Amino acid sequence: MSFPHRPDAPELPDFSMLKRLARDQLIYLLEQLPGRKDLFIEADLMSPLDRIANVSILKQHEVDKLYKVENRPALSSSEQLCFLVRPRIKNVRYIASLVNADKLAGRTRKYKVIFSPQKFYACEMVLEEEGIFGDVSCDEWAFSLLPLDVDLLSMELPEFFRDYFLEGDQRWINTVAQALHLLSTLYGPFPNCYGIGRCAKMSYELWRKLEEEEDGETKGRRPEIGHIFLLDRDVDFVTALCSQVVYEGLVDDTFRIKCGSVDFGPEITSSDKSLKVLLNAEDKVFSEIRNEHFSNVFGFLSQKARNLQAQYDRRRGMDIKQMKNFVSQELKGLKQEHRLLSLHIGACESIMKKKTKQDFQELIKTEHALLEGFRVRESTSYIEEHIDRQVSPIESLRLMCLLSITENGLIPKDYRSLKTQYLQSYGPEHLLTFSNLRRAGLLTEQAPGDTLTAVESRVSKLVTDKAAGKITDAFSSLAKRSNFRAISKKLNLIPRVDGEYDLKVPRDMAYVFSGAYVPLSCRVIEQVLERRSWQGLDEVLRLLNCSELAFADVAKEDKASSESLRLILVVFLGGCTFSEISALRFLGREKGYRFIFLTTAVTNSARLLEAMSEVKA
Amino acid sequence: MDCYTANWNPLGESAFYRKYELYSMDWDLKEELRDYLVAAAPYGGPIALLRNPWQKEKAASIRPVLEIYSASGMPLASLLWKSGPVVSLGWSAEEELLCVQEDGVVLVYGLHGDFRRHFSMGNEVLQNRVLDARIFHTEFGSGVAILTGAHRFTLSANVGDLKLRRMPEVPGLQSAPSCWTILCQDRVAQILLAVGPDLYLLDHAACSAVTPPGLAPGVSSFLQMAVSFTYRHLALFTDTGCIWMGTASLKEKLCEFNCNIRAPPKQMVWCSRPRSKERAVVVAWERRLMVVGDAPESIQFVLDEDSYLVPELDGVRIFSRSTHEFLHEVPVASEEIFKIASMAPGALLLEAQKEYEAASFGKCFLDRFPPDSFVRMCQDLRVLNAIRDYHIGIPLTYSQYKQLTIQVLLDRLVLRRLYPLAIQICEYLRLPEVQGVSRILAHWACYKVQQKDVSDEDVARAINQKLGDTPGVSYSDIAARAYGCGRTELAIKLLEYEPRSGEQVPLLLKMKRSKLALSKAIESGDTDLVFTVLLHLKNELNRGDFFMTLRNQPMALSLYRQFCKHQELETLKDLYNQDDNHQELGSFHIRASYAEERIEGRVAALQTAADAFYKAKNEFAAKATEDQMRLLRLQRRLEEELGRQFLDLSLHDTVTTLILDGHNKRAEQLARDFRIPDKRLWWLKLTALADLEDWEELEKFSKSKKSPIGYLPFVEICMKQHNKYEAKKYASRVGPEQKVKALLLVGDVAQAADVAIERRNEAELSLVLSHCTGATDGATADKIQRARAQAQKK
Repeated sequence: MSFPHRPDAPELPDFSMLKRLARDQLIYLLEQLPGRKDLFIEADLMSPLDRIANVSILKQHEVDKLYKVENRPALSSSEQLCFLVRPRIKNVRYIASLVNADKLAGRTRKYKVIFSPQKFYACEMVLEEEGIFGDVSCDEWAFSLLPLDVDLLSMELPEFFRDYFLEGDQRWINTVAQALHLLSTLYGPFPNCYGIGRCAKMSYELWRKLEEEEDGETKGRRPEIGHIFLLDRDVDFVTALCSQVVYEGLVDDTFRIKCGSVDFGPEITSSDKSLKVLLNAEDKVFSEIRNEHFSNVFGFLSQKARNLQAQYDRRRGMDIKQMKNFVSQELKGLKQEHRLLSLHIGACESIMKKKTKQDFQELIKTEHALLEGFRVRESTSYIEEHIDRQVSPIESLRLMCLLSITENGLIPKDYRSLKTQYLQSYGPEHLLTFSNLRRAGLLTEQAPGDTLTAVESRVSKLVTDKAAGKITDAFSSLAKRSNFRAISKKLNLIPRVDGEYDLKVPRDMAYVFSGAYVPLSCRVIEQVLERRSWQGLDEVLRLLNCSELAFADVAKEDKASSESLRLILVVFLGGCTFSEISALRFLGREKGYRFIFLTTAVTNSARLLEAMSEVKA
Repeated sequence: MDCYTANWNPLGESAFYRKYELYSMDWDLKEELRDYLVAAAPYGGPIALLRNPWQKEKAASIRPVLEIYSASGMPLASLLWKSGPVVSLGWSAEEELLCVQEDGVVLVYGLHGDFRRHFSMGNEVLQNRVLDARIFHTEFGSGVAILTGAHRFTLSANVGDLKLRRMPEVPGLQSAPSCWTILCQDRVAQILLAVGPDLYLLDHAACSAVTPPGLAPGVSSFLQMAVSFTYRHLALFTDTGCIWMGTASLKEKLCEFNCNIRAPPKQMVWCSRPRSKERAVVVAWERRLMVVGDAPESIQFVLDEDSYLVPELDGVRIFSRSTHEFLHEVPVASEEIFKIASMAPGALLLEAQKEYEAASFGKCFLDRFPPDSFVRMCQDLRVLNAIRDYHIGIPLTYSQYKQLTIQVLLDRLVLRRLYPLAIQICEYLRLPEVQGVSRILAHWACYKVQQKDVSDEDVARAINQKLGDTPGVSYSDIAARAYGCGRTELAIKLLEYEPRSGEQVPLLLKMKRSKLALSKAIESGDTDLVFTVLLHLKNELNRGDFFMTLRNQPMALSLYRQFCKHQELETLKDLYNQDDNHQELGSFHIRASYAEERIEGRVAALQTAADAFYKAKNEFAAKATEDQMRLLRLQRRLEEELGRQFLDLSLHDTVTTLILDGHNKRAEQLARDFRIPDKRLWWLKLTALADLEDWEELEKFSKSKKSPIGYLPFVEICMKQHNKYEAKKYASRVGPEQKVKALLLVGDVAQAADVAIERRNEAELSLVLSHCTGATDGATADKIQRARAQAQKK
C-alpha cells in the first residue's frame, strides 16, 4: 500500500540543527534584556515559535507573561517589554502606540523589538517618524527556516506570495538568499543549480554574491545535497489551483494544516475536545497514507484497523509470561497506533461528508474538463451556477482563475458576465480582488488581437526593453499569456489513459490528480533533472514566458558523492502544495532520488486566492 | 676581533655602554642646531626643524622655514611657515607633526609637510599665551601639555579625541617652574613640576607636594627632570650637581650620583633597555655627554658640536649636524659573546666567525633545534637592514621593531610612500594579502588619486592595472579618497571597478549622484539600500522629479508604494496621479471609501473612483462602482424604511433578505433595477422560499413560467430541507436528461432504473446500479443487468 523507498535511496541530512540554531539565537537575544520581561508575539509567529522554543524554555529565560500582538492597549505591568514580530510597518506602529502611551503616562520601561527573520530599514524609519527610535532597541532573529518534517523546510512567510507576485515587492529575496546561504554553510555547497522564474533568478544571483563575499567557508566542504532547483510560483499557477485529492493535501484543503499541525474538531476526535495533531513522518499511520490518493485511504485504514484488532486478539491465547511481554512491549505502541488510526478515520469520514455535500465529483469533473480543454461552455455554465448559488466565494474564484489560465484568459463576454455575477453574489468590494487577480495574471481577459490597452502596451514595452532589467513581475505578468494548453501538449501533462487509471498502483505523478493531470511544476523539475540542463526545452520556456529567466549551473566534474547527487532540494518561491510534494516524493521513489522541499510557505488554492482577495477591514 | 669591543665602556661592574654611528648626516643645515626648534620622533622617526626666529626680536619679519628630514637626514619636506609664532614641536604616535603656537592653536602636519588640521587648546590658553608645551605619548595616544603665561597647565591626553583638561592651580606659584614633565600613572597623565626646592604633583583633582626619598640635603632648585620611556622611572638634576634616580611614583630611590657640575644640562634622558636591571641616564651639556648609573664612576663623552638627544625604548639616539649615533647598554647576549675572555657558549662559537655564521653553523650541531626561530630571526634582520638603509632612514633596533610590530612598520613605510619596499617586505614575510599587499596597494591607490597632474583616465587605468581583483581592496574607499580631493569624475570611474554594487551607493549619494546610486542599489538587490537612496532622493529632488525617477525604476516604485500604503496614503495618490494611472487611482478611492464612516463620504469616494475608472477606459469597473453606489443608497433607504441592517450586504444577499422578510415586491423591483439575470433570481428565490419552508409560494413560483434552471435544483433543495413530498412533485417535471438523477435523489430507484433502461444510457445505468443497496433493490438490479445483457446482444 505505502511505497517503501528504494533500498539505495540516499539518507536525508539532519535538519534539526536548524532548530537548535534558531533556539540558541533566540535565547541569546532574550538574554540581551536581562531580568524579567513580558513577551509580545505576533500571531503569525506563534506556531513557528512553538516549534522552536516552548513556553517553559521561554520561562527559563525570564519571560514572565506572553501576549499576542493585537491592536489594543497592553495590560502588561512588567518593567521590560519584548516584542517578537515580523518586520511590518503595522507592527511597528502598534509598538509605537504602546511606547507613546507610556510616555504620556510618564512611565518609563525598557522596550526591545526583535524582528524575524530580519529588520527592514522602513521599520526603523517608522520608529524614527513616531519619535521612539531612541526608546527601543532593535534586534534581528535570523530564523528563516523551520523544518516542518524530515524533508520539508518552510520559511513560514505566507506574505511572500502577495508581496512579490502582486505588489512587486522584492524585500524577501534577500531573506531567501540568506536562507540558502545558511543551508550551504551547514550542508556544503550545491554543485548543481537550476531555476526558473524572475524571483528564482534574482534570489540565486543574490545568494551567489553572498557566497562570493564570504568565500572560503564552504569551498572545502563536500556537498551533502547534489542539486538545488528554484522555481517561482507563477511558473505554474494551475497546479496550485486544483482541488487536492491526495490525503495530506485534502486534509490541508479541508482542515488547514498550520505549521505542520492540524486542529481536529470534536466531530473527529469523538470526544468533546478539539485536538492539535502534529502531522509528520513520526506519525506512523499518517506517513503511510499522506501521499495516497484519497480513494485508497479508507480501504487502507480499515485493513489497518483489522490488523490492529488481530494483534490485540493475539493476547487471548497467551500465557502469563507472554502476556507480561505483550503489555510491557507492544501494548503501548498498539494503543498509540489505535489512537492515531481512529483520528485519521474520523478525519476521513468528515472529509467524505463535506465533499459529497457539494457534489465533489461534479466539481472534480469540471476541473478535469478545464485541464483537458473539453466542454469549455459547459464548464463556464457550471462556474456561473456555482456563483449564482453562492457556494463559496473562494471556490468560485478558484474555478474562474482555473478557467482563465487554462483558456489563456476569458473571452470578453464571459470575463464581464462572470465578474458581474460574482460581485452580485459576494459583494462589490471584490472589484479590487479582480484588479489584483488581473495584475497577477490569474484572471485575465483574452486580448482581442493586438489591441492591448494603453497601460499594457507601455508596460510590455518596458518588459521587452532589456535596459529595464529587473522590472517587477507584477507588471510583466500583464503582458504575458499563460499558454497552458500548448505547454500541456508539449510536456504531455494530460496522460493518455486506456481504461481506468489504477490509483492504487500509480504510474506517474498524475495520480495526485486522479490520473488526470501531471503537475506542471513537477514535470518541469523532472525534465530538467533528467537532462541536467534546459536543453531541448526552449519552446517550453518560451511558452512559459521564461526564456530569459531559466538558468542551469552544473558542475563540470562531479566531486559530489553519488549518494548526494541523488538528493535534490526544490525551492518553491511563493509556496508549494502538498500535492506537489506528494508527486515529487513519488518521482523520487521511481528514480531513486530523494527530494527535499524548501518553500516560503505551504500553500493551497484557498490560501493563494485569499492572499489576492480584498476584504473590507 | 677587538673592533667589537673597542667602543664598549663599562659602567660599574656589570654593564657596558656603547655608542656607534647610525648615519653620517649630510643634511646641510644652514644654522647651528641650537638655533632651531627640534622634534625627533621615536622609533627611528623623522626629524622636524624650525628655525626659531621669534626669540630674536629683530628677525620677526622673516618667515622661517619648517624642514622635515628622515632619521638619515634625507629631506622629506620644506615649507615656509606662514602662521603664528611656534613654541614647541612634537611628533604624534601616527608620525604627525604637532606645532604648538603661542596662541594655543596646534597645527598638524603630515610627514611630507602636508597640512592636516588644527585645533585649539582653549580660551584660557589663548588669553594667557603658551609659555611652554610638551608632546607626550601614552598608551592612549599622543597628548599635549601646555604651561600658560598664567602658570597654569592645560592638558589633552589624546589629540585624536580632543578633551581639554585644565589642571588645578599650584598654590603660591608666582613664576614659571624651573622644570616640569609629564608622568603617567595608573593610566592617568599627571604633571610633576619643580618650584625652588619643592616638587609638586598635579593631577586633574589636586595639587600635592612630593618629596623624593633619600635626596641629599642642600637642594635649593631642580634644574632638569627626566622620565623614562615607559614612565616607570624618574631622574632629577639638582643645583647641587646631584642626579637623583628613582621610581616615577617617588616612593623608591634607585641611586644618586654627584657629577659636580652645577651648570644646568641642556638635556637629560633615560637610557635603559627593557628587561635589563641596569638603570642609567644620559645628561648633555654644551660639549659634554655623561652616562650616569648606579656606579661611582660615570662614562663621559666629548661632544664636538651641537647635539640633540632622542630617547628610545632601548637607548638614546644622538644627532648633530654631521652624525647620527646610537648610545645603548650592550645587550647581555652580545656581552657574553664578545666580552674579553668570556667562556659563554656563544663566545666559543665565535670561532666560526660572524654572528650569523655562528648561529647558522651552530644550528647544525643541535638535532632537535626547531629551525623556525632561526628563520624568523634571519627574516627580521633582513627587514631591519633594509629599512635602516640610508635612503629609507628608519634605524630600528630589534627590540624597537618587535615593540612597534610589523603592521605599524608597514604603515610607516606607506606613510613615507615607500610602497614597493612595503610590498617587498609583505611578500618576503609572506603576510596574508588582506593585511599585507592589498592594504598597501590600496594606500598606494589613495595616494595616486591625489596626483592632480595625471588625467582621470590614466589614474583609473593605472590603479585598476595594479590592483586588478586583489582581494581585500575596496575600490569604493579609493573612490572616496578621490572624491575627497575633489575629483568626482575619477571617483565615479573608480567606483565602476567596485564589484559589490552595494558598496558604491554611499559614496554616490555623497557625490550627489543619487540617480546612479539608485540604479546601483537596485542592482545590489538590497531593498534596504534602495530604500535609503529613495529617502535621500525624496529630500533632494522636488516631488515631480522624484516621481519621474521612480517611474523609471519599477522595483523602487513598488517598494516605495508599499511604504506609502502604510505610512503616506496621500503620497500614494499623488504617485498614481503623476503616472496618469487611473486604474490604480480608482482602486485607491474604492479602498478609501471603506474608511469613510458616513454613507455620503462613501458615495463621494466611490464617485471619484468611478470617474477614475472612466478615465482609465475601464468601463466595467466604472459601471460596477456606480452599481455599488446605487446599491448603497438603496440599502440606506431600505434601512430607514424597514428598520433593519442592509448596508454592506451583497446584492444577492440584499434580495434574499427582502424575500426572507416577505417583501417580495421590493425584491422583484430590486432584481429588475439591477438587472439580476433570471437564472440567479430563480436560484435565489428557490433557496429563500425553501429556507422559509413556504412550499405553497414555491410551487406558485415554479409555475410562474418555465424554469431557466430546470427543475432538478427544486428537487435538490427540497431534499436538502428533507421534504421528500415536495421533492417528488418537482421530480416529475425534471427534463429527461436529468430525470434519473432526480428520481435517485428522491429515492425512487425502481423508476430511475426504468428511465435509464428506456434511455439506454450506460452511464445512467451504472449510476442507478451504484444506488441499488440491500435486498429491496435486488429486483431492480437484476432488471438493469438483464437490460444491459440485452443491449449487448443487439
